[in-house]
Amino acid sequence: MLCEDCREREAEVHLTSIEAEEMRSVHLCVGCANQRGISAETAETVAGAPPLADFLAQLGSSGPQTPIPDASEPCPFCGISAADFRKAGRVGCSQCYVHFETQLRGLLRRIHGSSQHAGKLYLSEASDITDRLGRISSMRRRLKRAIETEDFETAAELRDRIHAMETRE
Amino acid sequence: MIQDAAPLDERGLDWIRGGGEAEIVLSSRVRVARNLQGFPFPGRAGAEERADVVERVRAAAEHAESMDGGFFWEVDSLDTVDREILVERHLISRDLLAPRRGPSGAALVLARESCCGVMVNEEDHLRLQALVGGLALESAWRQVDRLDEEIGALLPLAYHHQFGFLTACPTNVGTGLRASVLIHIPGLVLTKEISKVLEGISQVGLTYRGLYGEGSEVVGNFFQISNQTTLGKTEEDLIDHLGRVTGKVIDYERGARSVLLTEAPSVLEDKVWRAYGILRAARSLGLEEMMNLLSGVRLGVSLKLLKSPRVETLNEILVRGQLAHLERAAGARLSEHEADVCRATYVRDKLAKDERDAGQAPADGTSDATVVDGPPSGG
Repeated sequence: MLCEDCREREAEVHLTSIEAEEMRSVHLCVGCANQRGISAETAETVAGAPPLADFLAQLGSSGPQTPIPDASEPCPFCGISAADFRKAGRVGCSQCYVHFETQLRGLLRRIHGSSQHAGKLYLSEASDITDRLGRISSMRRRLKRAIETEDFETAAELRDRIHAMETRE
Repeated sequence: MIQDAAPLDERGLDWIRGGGEAEIVLSSRVRVARNLQGFPFPGRAGAEERADVVERVRAAAEHAESMDGGFFWEVDSLDTVDREILVERHLISRDLLAPRRGPSGAALVLARESCCGVMVNEEDHLRLQALVGGLALESAWRQVDRLDEEIGALLPLAYHHQFGFLTACPTNVGTGLRASVLIHIPGLVLTKEISKVLEGISQVGLTYRGLYGEGSEVVGNFFQISNQTTLGKTEEDLIDHLGRVTGKVIDYERGARSVLLTEAPSVLEDKVWRAYGILRAARSLGLEEMMNLLSGVRLGVSLKLLKSPRVETLNEILVRGQLAHLERAAGARLSEHEADVCRATYVRDKLAKDERDAGQAPADGTSDATVVDGPPSGG
């Protein structure tokens, strides 16, 4: 594969980045990569399966490989900034997921291949009837599955849980 | 009722009795990460907030049916050896012991008669977990799921309609679920098939580690295989997938063992008996050396080359042959040299006992018994 910049030398540096939530791959020769300020070492790590810290470090570095701009304000609840998050690889509180939602959605998609939860639904006290019906139908799916796999202990438990929720309606 | 600060004793060791496929799969574990609404995550919380979280969890556990008759320990009030014992039993992670400014708020709730419990104020407010012997991921999940339902009904949890359960690290978000099996696969290592298998594991979205989780080295051919992603799939799918892949790895391991038995039976037997002989006779035994030798013996037991020890004994030695357990048994802190001596004595005694029970000739697979465990060394 030829370098995308000079189209002369063989591309040896392969960089994957996320821009506007789209994954983008860049293939460069070492010379052009240096001109763009990308070291072969960083790029290789990123092109493979990057550990989270490397991935986040990539988000933080300047230049063309910066895929996501800094969220300007720190989280109003816990005070963590986008830079803190990148450094530690951890958010500070549940509100961070709302505050940094755009950036996190891209990151989650990259890590998990999805940004939509498909597991257990959780109902807080503030949940409405739609939430509750959603949860009942999710539990019914799990019940069906438990019966199919002859996991009768789980099935009995789910049946009781569904019954308890339905009688609460 | 929950009991505070009870002696650790034998708590949380139920898994060592084993379960399905126990010769190859030591244990199955499921944990889910949960956080409370309205509190910063532990890494960002102050000492008071962490204390508040512990108090709420303690109170909720009191009303959770699956924790009835269980135990509660605040890490700060345990001595160093007890803390290490909890780590050695895989009931808490080493991260839970990280020093913090002010009281750590780190705590453990443990069920009365199983290895199901809650680690409090580690990276997330709650890590609900269950550890069971053998290959039994569904059973571990069932315990965790039940506890999660109970706790979730008592404490408001941090949840996002799209991202699911919210966690400090984005790699845990969604189900918050990490399921893992601790598997012993010496056949694949000896036949050098292991790298292919591990590569395969990575390709299907699973990951592997050493005995002590993230960042730990692989010792004694024990690998921990777990799911890598937590978002976008149901809990049951994640667990099914790991269970199915584990089943495949077990098949490969069995295949590798039968190749070894057919093509190099004497090499294999020699390896097994040497491992047994050293464990049965050594007067000083390092931890890593012990792990590696236990692997050889486990293989021998599994292939019926050895009549004893029992798999349960091997599991027990893996736990109690560790430093803090030896220190507790000795009633004193031990230097590395002292620990190696205590470990050797402990292992010899355990194996001798099983040998007597099974009527196996000591360290000699064929006939005339030679006395391996010689006269007392005088100290």
